[in-house]
Amino acid sequence: MSVPKPSLQLVAEVLEGQARSLSRLISRAEAGEVECRPALAEVYRHTGRAHVIGITGVPGSGKSTLVRGLALAARKSERKVGVIAIDPSSPYSGGAILGDRIRMNELNSDPGIFIRSMATRGALGGLARASLDAVDLMDAAGFDIVLLETVGVGQDEVDVVQATHTTVVVSAPGLGDDVQAIKAGILEIADIHVVSKCDRSDANKTITDLKMMLGLGLREQTTWQPPVVPTSGETGQGIEALLTTIDEHRAYLQQSGELAKRRRQTAEMRMLKTAEDILRQRFVGRRDGVAAELLEQVIARDIDPYAAAQRLLAALHEGEAK
Amino acid sequence: MRARFSGWLLPGKPMQGLEENRARHSSPIRILIAKVGLDGHDRGVKIVARALRDAGMDVIYSGLHRTPEEVVNTAVQEDVDVLGVSLLSGAHMTIFPRLIELLKQNNAQDIILVGGGVMPDADVVALKAMGVAEVLLQDTPPNIIVETVRRLVAERGPR
Repeated sequence: MSVPKPSLQLVAEVLEGQARSLSRLISRAEAGEVECRPALAEVYRHTGRAHVIGITGVPGSGKSTLVRGLALAARKSERKVGVIAIDPSSPYSGGAILGDRIRMNELNSDPGIFIRSMATRGALGGLARASLDAVDLMDAAGFDIVLLETVGVGQDEVDVVQATHTTVVVSAPGLGDDVQAIKAGILEIADIHVVSKCDRSDANKTITDLKMMLGLGLREQTTWQPPVVPTSGETGQGIEALLTTIDEHRAYLQQSGELAKRRRQTAEMRMLKTAEDILRQRFVGRRDGVAAELLEQVIARDIDPYAAAQRLLAALHEGEAK
Repeated sequence: MRARFSGWLLPGKPMQGLEENRARHSSPIRILIAKVGLDGHDRGVKIVARALRDAGMDVIYSGLHRTPEEVVNTAVQEDVDVLGVSLLSGAHMTIFPRLIELLKQNNAQDIILVGGGVMPDADVVALKAMGVAEVLLQDTPPNIIVETVRRLVAERGPR
């Protein structure tokens, strides 16, 4: 058995863009090892350069195929592309089949592209817990674009919008009607709508429904109007146009001051989510003590879950003071 | 299909397996299951992938017809603990040495290389001598595959 290399020693190699160290640190971040936190803190200081693009949509809508197309298109302008592709973990075994790469095979041997598959490991909202640490690491390693592909989402997994600069929502033809298109949730978060598989005959209907939905909304004329871009993985149609639209959106974010606003949002969300995670871990660690007693009282209906939660927090607080 | 494999598939409450898995490892074992070269048989490899998933591992499947370069690049980017290569084409004595060389070039010898498929016994001895950690032949029960992967990762230790 060899002695693992300390995470802090890997940071310099990550900043040079070494794949091996980058992938190692992503794993350690994913494992939630305390040992790597100082290294990630150092990495964080070197971030903020990459354009982070979220790709989301229902399962089978063509997210991975779109990611492949976008990565290849971005490589034509010599930009380095990082990809984080998230697939679900089994709620039964905790295991996962990560198969997004199968759609990205042409990208495997290009050193300007780095793909990492991640399992959700119980996290909800369409992202995995360490997704944003992985974004930081790729950003610091010099990737110009980071494509964050969510799990196939339903209607309400909208975390991605708070984590990225540009959110692309992929809709496939043949699912749902014009009323689906005016429902709240996933369709609202798009900066850019993509209708995939546009070589299919029913794609025009989906495009029309989306455009109609967007036309119904009242918004100020000066703000960004989410465009609808038809694409086809089969023919390659629309991929270049989509990349151009993404670049236009980035320019808009910078000119309008929206970018600073989004960065602020992301920072806030990450701080709060991390605090939540730390608290949850502490509760889990105290399952036998105060938490167990309170749980019994809640089950017996002596106190309600809200009061129990408050006492649990108070107990944690006291524990810290000691 | 589900019932046939119930030996290691643990039906139970959602998250139960997850908790057990967390208790065992700080993080699930990551494994890349790959098919290399001109070999279109992927039924077996999918069953293996499924068994490993049901044992709580993160399984990355490469798809068919990959080159050794693609597979090693993927293994490095995904930072897998184990690279499992299934070969039913008879090209194992060409492909495994190439994989070992590429892992070395990428400074990734800590990735455990495991072979699977149909191979003559003499070749198995030769493959192990050149650095393939284990060769699992046809008819290996899925639970033995799971145990082997866990044992090899435990023997390697943290990295």
